[in-house]
Amino acid sequence: MSAFTTLTRAKARRRRGSAPWMLLLPIIVLVAIFMFYPVASVLVTSFFHQNISTPWANGFAGLENYRVMFFEDPNFWPSLAFTARWVVVQVVLQLVVGLVLALIVNERFRGRGLARALVFSPWAISGVLTTSIWLLMYSPTSGIIRLLEPLGIDGSGFAPLIGPESAFWAASIAELWRGIPFFAILLLAELQSVPKELYEAASVDGAGRIRRFWHVTLPHLRNVIVLSTLLRGVWEFNNVDLLYTLTNGGPGTSTTTLPLYVAQQATIAGDFGYGSALTTVTFIILLFFSILYLQLNRVSRGKD
Amino acid sequence: MSTTDSGLSTRALIQPRRRRQKEEMPKREPGFHLRITLPLIVFLIITLVPFYWMILFAFRPEGSTSLIPIPFTLDNFVYVWEVLGYDVFFKNSVIVAVLSMICTTVISVMGGYALARYAFRGRGGVMVMLLCTQFIPGAMMLIPLYSIFNTLGLVNNLWSLIIANVVFELPLTVILMSSFISKIPFELEEAAMVDGCSRLRGFLLIVLPQMRPALVAVGSFTFIGAWNTFLFALMFLSKQELFTVPVGLGYTIGENSVQYGAMAAGGLVAAVPVVIVFAFIQKYLVQGLSGAIKG
Repeated sequence: MSAFTTLTRAKARRRRGSAPWMLLLPIIVLVAIFMFYPVASVLVTSFFHQNISTPWANGFAGLENYRVMFFEDPNFWPSLAFTARWVVVQVVLQLVVGLVLALIVNERFRGRGLARALVFSPWAISGVLTTSIWLLMYSPTSGIIRLLEPLGIDGSGFAPLIGPESAFWAASIAELWRGIPFFAILLLAELQSVPKELYEAASVDGAGRIRRFWHVTLPHLRNVIVLSTLLRGVWEFNNVDLLYTLTNGGPGTSTTTLPLYVAQQATIAGDFGYGSALTTVTFIILLFFSILYLQLNRVSRGKD
Repeated sequence: MSTTDSGLSTRALIQPRRRRQKEEMPKREPGFHLRITLPLIVFLIITLVPFYWMILFAFRPEGSTSLIPIPFTLDNFVYVWEVLGYDVFFKNSVIVAVLSMICTTVISVMGGYALARYAFRGRGGVMVMLLCTQFIPGAMMLIPLYSIFNTLGLVNNLWSLIIANVVFELPLTVILMSSFISKIPFELEEAAMVDGCSRLRGFLLIVLPQMRPALVAVGSFTFIGAWNTFLFALMFLSKQELFTVPVGLGYTIGENSVQYGAMAAGGLVAAVPVVIVFAFIQKYLVQGLSGAIKG
């Protein structure tokens, strides 16, 4: 028995060199083929003309795609500006409202479990489903505005998706509806780990509820806020499902984010070369701002 | 606590009183209702009214303006299921979601175990690689992934969607699994191995049963994610008999935007599976998601 044991242990030790790599092999192969290779190929394709609808013109393009993007494409700069606005509005409002929601459901009251389940439920809802729900809400003829008619509000001119500015806020509200639970869930987990003693100590020192929030709760949440805003920012930047189906970037191109523009180039225009150049630039912008955000945060933390 | 030593009978006597105390515990400070109850009701209304609005449209005959689904009809469901082809979309979505879930869970358990239990050169590099993938935008991968699947002959094949789902879910789920496994004491496994278990048997008998919360979390996140995938499905699957529910719903939205009944019924078909899974996991959600975020 003991001889057998030493044998297997020796065997285990000998295999230790390759065993982790065997276990990681599927991940490494999948990520290499379906993530890193595509990134490289996007970079290469961006220097070529490659269009499904004009295959005879395919060939090396040099920096032509980039020149067109920066200097000729009327949609590039406006969609970049819109992307920035969309991400900032979404992340800031989702964070603030999500924090309020987390603080509320962190209190003790009867039926708390059910209340949490209900207010968190939009987290699981897809962008397309959100679109279909909010199209029903925004319907000019039978939308939610009808509920306000008994109060004397005339809903006959209600069509939030028609105008550029109202379409922005209509899409924003729909995205907030399903985005707020994400922050609430993450912040709630962190709220539960604030040591009770800290609050008690602060209370003894005469700190009111608001000062306790500023000086105990918020510093404790800091790391998770930095990380979740970054992840959510990247996610809101990238995710196009809702805008693609709710406004399809319209009216006109007023609600087109850069990734949505890329998706339209890929699915409708079939212009892979130009789409790849857009992708490359978008990726660089995303990486730049992510690093900048983390760096700024490190600097400000150093000062504390 | 003194009650721990006392017999069963005393504990039975003590417990009801304890429970009553617990119910009274949240002392209602002045302003509690204004500070907590009122905002909570507002949140509940904002969350639930959109759901109700969809349910209302789904069960109400076209053209009705009633605010409760009476008269009641299933015509909208029959229409989307039989005429628009949601029966096929639903079947495709189930296949994609279940296979994505199984593949992701198995692969991330393997990878998570390797990262948690072995100290090897390159471990840090693998972690960095996994984190880097978080910045690779899904929408930007449409073009190159389409080209790859085209080369592999997987365009208009459900496996293209399954592979894309697995690849995009994997990095986070591996990190989640690894952090979970590293919290399970290695001594348990070691003891099993000393007793003559192979490493695999030790893992299957000792570690796996303790991983249930992580398996539930990863499995259900992946299921929900895969069920909801839209853009990849739209790009890789162009034959109607391969559409998933979100793609079908996208077309219903685009083509029948005045047919609110069909849109609402299609939306409910899309919602029911994720709502069921969500109800099942929401208890684990708060811990699980934050575990995934913090690694």
